Amino acid sequence: MSDQLFQAMRQSIIDGVSDRAAELAQEALDSGVDPLEAVNEGLAAGITFAGDQFGCGQMFLPDLLASAEAMKAALGILEPEMLKRGSQREVLGTIVLGTARGDIHDIGKNLVATILSASGFRIFDLGTSVTPEQFVTKAKEVDADIVGISALLTTTMAGQKAVIEALDRHGLRPRVKAIIGGAAVTKKWAAEIGADGYSRNAIDALELAKNLTSKRTNKGTA
Amino acid sequence: MRPRIQLLTPEFIERILREAFELLMSPGVRVGSAPVVELLRSAGVEITDGVARMPEPLVRKCLASAPRDFYLHNRQGEEAVHYGGDDVHFDPGSCCVQMLDPETLEARPSEIPDLVRLIQVTETLPQFAAQSTAVVCNDAPCAIGDLYRLLVVLQHSHKPVVTGSFSAAGLPGMIDLLAADSGSRDNLRKKPRAVFDVCPSPPLNWSEFGSHNLLDLARAGVPAEIVSMPLAGGTAPVTLAGSVTQHAAEVLAGITQHQLAGPGSPVIWGGAPAIFDMRTGGAPMGAVETAMLNMACAEVGKHLGLPTHGYLVATDSKLVDAQAGAESARSAVLGALSGINMISGAGMLESLACHSVEKLVIDAESIASAFRLLGGVEMRGKTLATAMFAQTGLSGEFLKLKETRALFRQEQHLPSPVIDRTARGSELPSDAFTRARARVDELVSMYQKPSLPEDVLRKFQSIVEREADRAGVASALPGN
Repeated sequence: MSDQLFQAMRQSIIDGVSDRAAELAQEALDSGVDPLEAVNEGLAAGITFAGDQFGCGQMFLPDLLASAEAMKAALGILEPEMLKRGSQREVLGTIVLGTARGDIHDIGKNLVATILSASGFRIFDLGTSVTPEQFVTKAKEVDADIVGISALLTTTMAGQKAVIEALDRHGLRPRVKAIIGGAAVTKKWAAEIGADGYSRNAIDALELAKNLTSKRTNKGTA
Repeated sequence: MRPRIQLLTPEFIERILREAFELLMSPGVRVGSAPVVELLRSAGVEITDGVARMPEPLVRKCLASAPRDFYLHNRQGEEAVHYGGDDVHFDPGSCCVQMLDPETLEARPSEIPDLVRLIQVTETLPQFAAQSTAVVCNDAPCAIGDLYRLLVVLQHSHKPVVTGSFSAAGLPGMIDLLAADSGSRDNLRKKPRAVFDVCPSPPLNWSEFGSHNLLDLARAGVPAEIVSMPLAGGTAPVTLAGSVTQHAAEVLAGITQHQLAGPGSPVIWGGAPAIFDMRTGGAPMGAVETAMLNMACAEVGKHLGLPTHGYLVATDSKLVDAQAGAESARSAVLGALSGINMISGAGMLESLACHSVEKLVIDAESIASAFRLLGGVEMRGKTLATAMFAQTGLSGEFLKLKETRALFRQEQHLPSPVIDRTARGSELPSDAFTRARARVDELVSMYQKPSLPEDVLRKFQSIVEREADRAGVASALPGN
C-alpha cells in the first residue's frame, strides 16, 4: 500500500502538480504513514528524478520549477507532522543567497533557491541588490555553510568579489563557502575572485552545494 | 519594389497596444528616480509605493510630442543616420567584457586596443553607419568605464555613435564629452552625434538609473534609444505576442517619462527582446524567435510612427563558425526586411557575452547581402531582355554587351574576399575565419585616424580628469 502511495507521490513531483502532491501528502498522514518516510521514499525520489531528467535534456526549466513547487506544497503538509513527532528531514546545509549589490535580476537566484530548498537545504534568500555587509550579517546569524552570490550583469559581477572579500575580512572563510552564479560568470572569474565554486545552472548548483557541504561534514567529523 | 516582411496585421498591433495600455494602469510600472516620480505626479500620474499608473491619454499625448524622425550626424556635422521611416542602418553590438582571441579561440577580457581595433574596422566598412561603444575596456578604470569607451570612440572615429552609460552619475560626463566634440551643448542638441541606449528592467520596472538617464537625455536633447528586453518565458509572458505587449508597455512608459522631461526630444522605440532558453536559462540571441520578437516589436513602433531599433546579427555560438554565420546572416536579412532603423548586434558571440572583430567583417558581408536584397528586382532599360537578345541573337555573348558592363555593379553585390567563390585550389584560404583575419588586417591598414583639434582634446582631458575625480579613480587618458 505504502509503496503504491510513495510511487504516486514521486510521480506527482515529477509531473509538477502541486495540488495532487499536497493531496497525496495528506493521504499519507491520514493513512498513518511515517511522514519522514513519505518524504524520503516519495518526494525526494521524485525531485531527484526530475533533476536527472533536466540534466540530460528531457525536462526543461518550467518542468523543474513545477516539480520544486509541488515538492514545497507536499512538504507544507508533512513538515508540521514531522515536527510534532520530533523527526525532521535531514538538512543538507544552510545557505544564504542573494543578488550582488546593484543587480536586480533574480530569475537564476530564485531558481537556485527553489531547487536547493526542495532538495533539503535550508535557504535564507536576501533578495536583490544585497550589500556585502548584509551577506556577512546573515551568514553569521544563521551559521551558514554556504553564501551564494548571483550577478547577471558584467557591471555587477565585481559585487561578487566584494562579498567574498567581506566574508574573508570577517574571518568567516574558509568555514563558510562562497559560491557564485550568473549568465556571464565563468570558472575563470570564480578562480580569479577566490570563490569556492560556481555553477552554470540550478541543477549544477545543487551538486556543487552537496559537494561543498559533504566536504565540510567530513572535515567536521575528522 | 522594395521587399518587406510583416509579422503582425494592423488589428493585431492595435490589440497589443490596447493590452499594453492596460498594463500601464494595472499592474502599473515601477519608477525608481525621485525627480521622475515628481515629474509624473505633477502630470497627474498616481504613484503608490513606487508604482506609477500611467493613463492612456497622458501616454498618447507624450507619443504625439515625440519626433517622427531625426538624424544622427558625423564629426563633420553631416546627416549620417536617418532614424525614421523604413531606413535601415547597422552598428556593431555592445557592450561586452570579453573579446575572442583569434589565436587561441578563447574569450579573454577586452581592453582598449580591442576597442580601437573594432572601431578601426567599423570605420572602414560602409555597412556600418554608426560606431558603438562595443566593449568594456578592462584596462581602464571601472568606475568611469562608460566614459572611457565613448572617449576612445570619439578619438578614433568620424561616424555617429550608439552608446550608453553604466550609472545615473556617469551620464552627465558623457554628454559633456559629446558637447566638447560638437563644440557646445547647443550644437549637440541641434546636430546630435550619439544616441544613448536606456534600458528598463523587465518586467515593467524603470530603475532609478534608467529613469534618471531618460530625464537627463531628454533635457539635454540627446537622443534616447529605449532598449526594452523582455525574455519570453523568463521575465515576460512566454508567448511572442505577450512579450511584444510587455515590450510596448515598457517603452511607452519610457517615452512618457522622457517626453514629460523634454517634449520633442528625440526618442527611439528600441529593444533587445529575446526568448528565454528553457534548458540553459540564457537569452539565445541567434534564435529565430528572438528575431521574430525584434521584428514584431519594431512593427509596433512603426505603427506609432516612431523611429525603431532592434538587436540582431548576433549569435549564441562561442566561435566564428557555421552556427554564427547562419544565425547572424538570417537575422540581418530579417531585420533589414522589417525596415528597422538601427540594428545593433553585429560582431557579437555567445549571446552577447563576447565580441569578435573577425565576426564583424563576416557579418558585414551578410549585411551587404541584406542591403542588396532591399534593392529588390529592378526594371532597368526599355526592355527586360529583348533588346539585349537583339544584339546577341543565340550567340550567348552577354559578357561583351555594354549593358552588362554598365549594369552588373547595380545588379550584383560584389563581396570582399571574405566570401569565397573561387574554384578549389585557389590561393584563398579555404576557411572563412582565416579569410576574415586577413580582411581585418587589411581594413586596419586602410584606416586613418581623425585628427582632432587641440582644444577639443584638451576639453576631453579635463572632462575625464573631472569625472575620474568624482569617481575617485586615476585618470590617465587612453593612448592616442
